[in-house]
Amino acid sequence: MAGSNAQDYIKHHLGNLTYGELPAGYVRECDGRDTQTLTESTWTFACNGNEAKDMGFAAFHVDSLAWSGGLGIIMCLLFWMGARKATAGVPSGFLNFVESIIEFIDTQVRDSFHGKSKLVAPLSLVIFCWVFLMNLMDLIPVDFIPGTFSWIMTSFFGWTAQEAYFKIVPSTDPNITLSMSFSVMLLVIFFTIKAKGLGGFVGTLTLHPFEASNPVLKALLMPVNLLLETIGLLAKPVSLGLRLFGNMYAGEFVFIMLAAMMGAWQFIGAWPWAVFHILVITLQAFIFMVLTIVYLSMAVEDH
Amino acid sequence: MNINATLIGQAIWFALFVFFCMKFVWPPISRALDERKQKIAEGLSAADRAERDLELAQEKATANLKESKEKAAEIIDQANRRANQIVEEAKDAARTEGERLIAKAQSEIDQEVNQAREQLRKEVAVLALSGAEKVLGNEVNQDAHTQLLEQLAAEL
Repeated sequence: MAGSNAQDYIKHHLGNLTYGELPAGYVRECDGRDTQTLTESTWTFACNGNEAKDMGFAAFHVDSLAWSGGLGIIMCLLFWMGARKATAGVPSGFLNFVESIIEFIDTQVRDSFHGKSKLVAPLSLVIFCWVFLMNLMDLIPVDFIPGTFSWIMTSFFGWTAQEAYFKIVPSTDPNITLSMSFSVMLLVIFFTIKAKGLGGFVGTLTLHPFEASNPVLKALLMPVNLLLETIGLLAKPVSLGLRLFGNMYAGEFVFIMLAAMMGAWQFIGAWPWAVFHILVITLQAFIFMVLTIVYLSMAVEDH
Repeated sequence: MNINATLIGQAIWFALFVFFCMKFVWPPISRALDERKQKIAEGLSAADRAERDLELAQEKATANLKESKEKAAEIIDQANRRANQIVEEAKDAARTEGERLIAKAQSEIDQEVNQAREQLRKEVAVLALSGAEKVLGNEVNQDAHTQLLEQLAAEL
């Protein structure tokens, strides 16, 4: 299971299944295949880390998107099933479960967000449950699903084992976490403009933290304020996304290391780490949600 | 670890799921929860009201019972008084009736005595006459002396 050497094994497990565009004239050097020069730009699966890197921005992590999308669809269907049975009468088993989650989220939102919005509560619900589910994939032993995928691709589709990258924990992909956190930042900007107007939004960027009543001084301080506030505005989503990514990546890394070093005996180390990781999984989902609510509430309120 | 268009794909997923939950998940469940909250509040207040009503009813029942008892006592009292009165009246009636009977008996006795006296008087006259006849030896003229003898009998 540990492969030819542990370094390759770890590297392989940390790579994403990348589908992207390789430019014309690109020389493909894939293990176990002949070297091939592309005559025109081609959309294809990257066969190693270098190709994935050379694809640049025009590439998708198919595994991350499929798992996050699949988990999100499952989540939505479960909630939808609950919502269809929603009644003011006595709730039944599954509705009870959905309601307890909804009430938990509702309490968090009511505690932190004092504005009026139909978006914040469902947004928090999606963030908490979806991030939790994505994190939960971390607890599946590292080779179960990627191994199955690799077996299917090598047996039926003529791929080499080296090409069959497969990462099942979307939140260990910075694209996923940063995408969500920057979406949250866009919402923060939208909420600020909605609550304070466009002038108000420009004001929040230029009139703080250094304030002056003298108009000339005010104008002089504006560039400094703009610099500081822009950094502040960008630091929020970056820290939000990287926090989740860092925690999950580190956790996943430990699992992969254990698998690489101990092979089939990995459960000796992986089981206690998984037990501890349950806490991290839930906590990170919760933190992501709470910070989102707090940022949005700061956008709506006056300081 | 490359940053690429996955960012955009994930943002689209995110928007879709949030939109779905905002439209089809949150409103019905949240509405159901609110409705249930209201229902429970109504139920609790109804229970409170019922408790108060029960208390009032019990007070009323107690008051009614007390009143009825008083009334019953009064009625019994009245009945007793009436009974006493009736007994007294009966006694009075009996007494007067008795007195009347005694008086009647007395008058009857008196009448009998008078009658007997009259009878006796008549018989005495007859006896006296017959005695006198015997003495005088049947010489007395009955017609001449009848008036005299009757006068004598009346005097007796």
